[in-house]
Amino acid sequence: MIVARKIVLRFPPRLVDQPIIYRLVKDYDLQFNILKASVTPNEEGILVLELSGKKKDYDEAVRFVTNAGVEVQALVKDVSRLEDRCTHCGACVTMCPVGALVVDPQTKRVDFLDTKCIACGLCIKPCPVRAMEVRL
Amino acid sequence: MTKTIAEINEKISKGQAVVVTAEEVIDLVKKKGSAKAAQEVDVVTTGTFGPMCSSGAYFNLGHSKPRIKIGGGQAYLNDVPAYTGVAAVDIFLGATAIPEDDPRNKIHPGDFNYGGGHVIEELVAGKDVRLVATAYGTDCYPRKKIETLINLKSINEAVLFNMRNAYQNYNVAVNLGDRTIYTYMGVLKPHMGNATYSSAGQLSPLLNDPLYKTIGIGTRIFLGGGTGYVAWHGTQHNPGALRNEKGVPKRGAGTLAVIGDLKQMKPRYLVGTSFIGYGCTMTVGIGVPIPILSEEILLHTTITDEDILAPIVDYSEAYPQRKPDVLGEVSYAQLRSGKIKVKDKEVPTASLSSYSRAVEIANTLKDWIKKGQFILTQPVALLPGVESGITLKGLEERPINNIQ
Repeated sequence: MIVARKIVLRFPPRLVDQPIIYRLVKDYDLQFNILKASVTPNEEGILVLELSGKKKDYDEAVRFVTNAGVEVQALVKDVSRLEDRCTHCGACVTMCPVGALVVDPQTKRVDFLDTKCIACGLCIKPCPVRAMEVRL
Repeated sequence: MTKTIAEINEKISKGQAVVVTAEEVIDLVKKKGSAKAAQEVDVVTTGTFGPMCSSGAYFNLGHSKPRIKIGGGQAYLNDVPAYTGVAAVDIFLGATAIPEDDPRNKIHPGDFNYGGGHVIEELVAGKDVRLVATAYGTDCYPRKKIETLINLKSINEAVLFNMRNAYQNYNVAVNLGDRTIYTYMGVLKPHMGNATYSSAGQLSPLLNDPLYKTIGIGTRIFLGGGTGYVAWHGTQHNPGALRNEKGVPKRGAGTLAVIGDLKQMKPRYLVGTSFIGYGCTMTVGIGVPIPILSEEILLHTTITDEDILAPIVDYSEAYPQRKPDVLGEVSYAQLRSGKIKVKDKEVPTASLSSYSRAVEIANTLKDWIKKGQFILTQPVALLPGVESGITLKGLEERPINNIQ
């Protein structure tokens, strides 16, 4: 079975200089697509990527990076909408590059499809009532 | 067939009034015909919920012991400066005011996270707000500084007073330039990467009474979740704007100045708002009831998004340079479809005002009227119409060269 998942990896400072992603390809035969990568001022590394490959390989790879000391988290947890704050105006829909924010033609409300979201953050500041939050 | 507001109010008091929203009236008239529908329907409710910068509130803070004359001094609510050029403890807070230490656009685009609109939202939510004021001191008002918490319960009056709300139609904004721009119409991507608009269209108050036959000074309205009144025509009220053959404006035209007791409003309908790179403002919810006094008035309320056209304006050049150029006209039906065509290019669209909350406001007002909780008022004067000859003036500068 083939899986494709978007995940957030957090590298503690001691691991930032190690070629961990290389091992995912070499040892676990996974494909990766880096969506976002950054090193914070206190030298923690944050990597958002889409990993795909055989389910068995994927699970083993996640076990490998976790054992190496990398924190693994599903991406959907990282962008959220403050439902009480959102007014469903729709200002965000042309900001989102992947169509994760769309107006429902019936209800005229904005649907947030968090499985499509790549956590790029482009919706955060254009939201007039600041209802979108990214936590990476 | 004609009705009077007094007759409609009698039905409202008995709980017998027939009330529909400006959305529902469209199908109703299609089904029943306008003559029959005009007999049956007493009130059509409208709604709009969008960012409205010319909004604010004035407060009477009460007198401290010993007294302070804040008038002519400085006053801040949660660091946001308020206007003090009136009597001792009256202040006015505008929706776009921002703290003096806000970095503004020094690093462009600025965030504008907190301003007057946010303070008003917090007050309406019942929260405490920090009042800091300084004064020069007088014999009768000796104090020179005060720092205290206040909230809506602790102060005398808190009155929302918006100089210009509920614009009758508005521009559709695009960016013809080659860099992203940050405007009051939101973030506009280069080369017409998107288009933004801001109107409730077929639900919008003044588009349902395009010639101001019923809305006037003293009209009781839904304002910010409570009740308010039309105080005057709004600033920049421009009844002479370009209209179609039915009198419906194809450009920004009429506006309303509105007033109401802030203490009975709700934060759901007065929301502090930030436009990245532009500034702070407040999103305001307004609903206006339209009494169906005649078939003609009813027909005006049957307007649909297909019937209302808005001008497409370039905000990289035409708007900032005050050039009259319009790139074309589109209907709100096209805008709500998610994309429009401008100069042969397909452009995705985004709304700045919330249609779903405009529906909610029209429905809330409908419920209030049906339950007999909201009685209509007879305006003491109607808004200036096309015949008033009012036109919108630009600011034509003149050199100041006679200083000796």
